[in-house]
Amino acid sequence: MTINKTQNGNELVISLTGRLDTTTAPQLDDELKTALDGVQKLSFDFSGLEYISSAGLRVLLSAQKVMNKQGSMIVKNVSEEISEIFEVTGFVDILTIE
Amino acid sequence: MKELKIDATVQNLDEVLAFLDGELEGMDCPMKEQMQLDVAVEEIFVNIASYAYEPGTGYALIQIKELDAPKRVQVTFIDEGVPYDPLQKEDPDITLSAEERQIGGLGIYMVKQSMDNIYYEHKDNKNVLTIEKNI
Repeated sequence: MTINKTQNGNELVISLTGRLDTTTAPQLDDELKTALDGVQKLSFDFSGLEYISSAGLRVLLSAQKVMNKQGSMIVKNVSEEISEIFEVTGFVDILTIE
Repeated sequence: MKELKIDATVQNLDEVLAFLDGELEGMDCPMKEQMQLDVAVEEIFVNIASYAYEPGTGYALIQIKELDAPKRVQVTFIDEGVPYDPLQKEDPDITLSAEERQIGGLGIYMVKQSMDNIYYEHKDNKNVLTIEKNI
């Protein structure tokens, strides 16, 4: 998985490409530990994301919790397969998907 | 039937998924079902790797079969770790807000939601967990 970050003031866009699974989720988790400092508007761009498992969902959930305290978070360009995973797990109600 | 016997460690996840995807390709499995099977196999294998033999290590035997009427993929996981029936695990409350949500418990729930059949037995001191997905 590759993580691409674009920061503009207090806005951060994180684009993920590849697979967010048990092996790669810790990479994103580490990145977010420092990257979210001072961020008020976080967007995840999933146009290149092919796959997500519960390990990836856990990282998204903790990012959402952080952003609930300091601003807002949106997830965009979600594929049909990943949308379905968000649906069965109730993540459609937790995340703001555009 | 094809099988893979492998050390149950998270580091071996990629090899397990490569084995699965290789078999699914030979069965002309559609993309969506392949992803659901990938997620299910990851969740189950990572569970075995994380808990079955703790604090030691052990193997997982993974068997993949194509069945007919309806056409479906059957994946069986066998380990000799502590007896554990993941189907007894209570479903997470998926209506809770982000603040109330527990981190965890989602993996096996995703498996139950996405597979057509799932059954567990404890036989000859082994955990045998079988999932089936119509393709």
